[in-house]
Amino acid sequence: MAAAPKRPFRWHIVVFLAPAVLVYTAIMILPLAGTLQLALFRNINQSQLFVGLDNFRTLFGDPNWSVGFWNALRNNVWFFIIHMVVQNPIGVLLAALLSSPRLRFSAFYRTAIFVPTILSFVIVGFAWKLILSPLWGVAPNLMDLVGLKSLFTPWLGKEQYALTTLSLISVWQFVGIPMMLIYAALLSIPDEVIEAAECDGVTGMSQFWKIKLPLILPSIGIISILTFVGNFNAFDLIYTAQGALAGPNYSTDILGTFLYRAFFGFQLQVGDPNMGAAIATMMFLIILGGVCVYLFLVQTRLRRYQF
Amino acid sequence: MTTKLLTALLLGTSILGSAGMGYAQDVTLNIESWRGDDLAIWKDKLIPAFEAKNPGIKVVFAPSAPTEYDAALGAKLAAGSAGDLITCRPFDKSLELFKKGNLADISTLPGMENFSDVAKAAWQTDDGKASFCVPMASVIHGFIYNKDAFDQLGIKVPTTNEEFYAALDKIKADGTYIPMAMGTKDLWEAATMGYQNIGPNYWKGEEGRLALIKGEQKLTDPQWVAPFAELAKWKPYLGDGFEAQTYPDSQNLFTLGRAAIYPAGSWEIALFNTQAQFKMGAFPPPVQKAGDTCYISDHTDIGMGLNAASKNADAAKTFLTWVASPDFATIYANALPGFFSLNNTPVKMEDPLAQEFVSWRDKCKPTIRSTYQILGRGTPNLENETWVESANVINGTVTPEAAAKKLQDGLDSWYKPAK
Repeated sequence: MAAAPKRPFRWHIVVFLAPAVLVYTAIMILPLAGTLQLALFRNINQSQLFVGLDNFRTLFGDPNWSVGFWNALRNNVWFFIIHMVVQNPIGVLLAALLSSPRLRFSAFYRTAIFVPTILSFVIVGFAWKLILSPLWGVAPNLMDLVGLKSLFTPWLGKEQYALTTLSLISVWQFVGIPMMLIYAALLSIPDEVIEAAECDGVTGMSQFWKIKLPLILPSIGIISILTFVGNFNAFDLIYTAQGALAGPNYSTDILGTFLYRAFFGFQLQVGDPNMGAAIATMMFLIILGGVCVYLFLVQTRLRRYQF
Repeated sequence: MTTKLLTALLLGTSILGSAGMGYAQDVTLNIESWRGDDLAIWKDKLIPAFEAKNPGIKVVFAPSAPTEYDAALGAKLAAGSAGDLITCRPFDKSLELFKKGNLADISTLPGMENFSDVAKAAWQTDDGKASFCVPMASVIHGFIYNKDAFDQLGIKVPTTNEEFYAALDKIKADGTYIPMAMGTKDLWEAATMGYQNIGPNYWKGEEGRLALIKGEQKLTDPQWVAPFAELAKWKPYLGDGFEAQTYPDSQNLFTLGRAAIYPAGSWEIALFNTQAQFKMGAFPPPVQKAGDTCYISDHTDIGMGLNAASKNADAAKTFLTWVASPDFATIYANALPGFFSLNNTPVKMEDPLAQEFVSWRDKCKPTIRSTYQILGRGTPNLENETWVESANVINGTVTPEAAAKKLQDGLDSWYKPAK
């Protein structure tokens, strides 16, 4: 044993890791580090000066920035809540229906529900703007047909409805993703488990609640975290539907649009990359925090249900 | 056959190529611009007209996409490959280029005397001492109306506020037309076609605008709150669901003949002429009472400057002097109805609607949008905030006073006028 030959250095590990590490470093880690660094500098008289955490002090201390930031964060949380409350339960429901062996044309439904997910935000934004348009949209006419015309309002133009409307549009677009993931999870439940449940007399709805749902909880956890990350990085839909000023009266302003205006500027507002980077850093920390909470608190408990 | 054609083509290009070389001693000027839409006008009308008068100078119009223009121009200027002539955005973007030394001082250029101070203000240093671009065109605000609708309802063109609301009431009572085509969804419509359109009559144009810059007036003063109060009164005259009505929606509502009055900028003229099937007229923002001096927003929009690093500075100056001449103004204003020359010499225009707009310059005092010069610099940005607050006021979610206070507070936070 003592005279065991020295093992040669395993170069192949380095070689095989290299492409992924290099690409990931170049396009993810370096820009991220660059953003964090940019947030600590400020442009004074055409030169970048290190100012420590001053940009963050401005962001939270100066009401011109902090009001906008908290408003964007609040809106973003509401955007996320709508997704969690509407998108994911509907996704689970659709998946449960699709996995029912008695459903005909399930492949067609699956595709039809998934298609909006692959559409561009631009198309979704403009299509819904047109559908909901009080002038030429189909929504007022359709509601008229069923006698609900009085309930129609220009949703995208009202402060109290605009954000919820946009959240629901986003739900419409992305409901296919939780549906697909849950569907896959439901299909992967072993038949033996289902048969055993049936032998014990657990069928129908109670079979879903007591057997299937606990088994797909890890998938629901993953979906929640994907939704969380997606929502707090969201930008495109608001930008295409409401413009960069996220009107009316900033009621649909989320962190993404707030960052965009700060970083790139808008109309006469000149872009301020340093403040933009500070906001981007806050977004990064918020998302990091959320993901950590999930990983350390939620996922460890979910493991118990795995088999 | 194909080979022959190809040979012929190749021969042809080589001959043309050498023909081009024959002119090599000529000076060639390149124009940087974001106005790709104007390519045909430059190629077919403006450049031939200039070259005919100035043999030995060739001009090439080389536009880039509007969204890329500022970045592309900055990169080219830094690399020293930018064209000799640079199309200027108004105010700070060009001022910045001048401060960096990219644009030459052309205050003494022959032809600059053809422009008024208001016209030159967009391309001057804050103290007004140095000018760096020749003003090319401006856009005028007012109201375009459906003449057929007015005739049918027996409405006279309103000149005072009272007549204006009387006309709106009459259109509303009749019910055939939506009185006014404007939406608040895109925000800027409310500010640009609303606040900046009717405002100058209240803050007395340049007088108020300059006093605001000097800090002698505040946005919370009555003359600055009044336009907001007027906007608040517009709400009942707008179409159903105006809160979600976008700018193209408003344009379509009017050109389809469903709305009677359209708060406009003169840039609409060309589009409206091709789309509307009815007769159109225009009237300036109504004054408070008969006999008041009227003020109009005659907003400077586009100019042209000289690249300080140009190797053909003399030829470029010749060209700029021509741009400052009435000849250029006539061709440009007629090719692009709605973009008006800023030249002091009146330009003869064919388009009746454009004529109507430009005729207001004789009786009204011109000004530019209040939120652009100097005040459009800081954060929170006054122009963008004005968009949001104007829309809020029309939507009825904010009172005129509260909107004005918000704007003034935002301005106070960064703008300290020299006293």
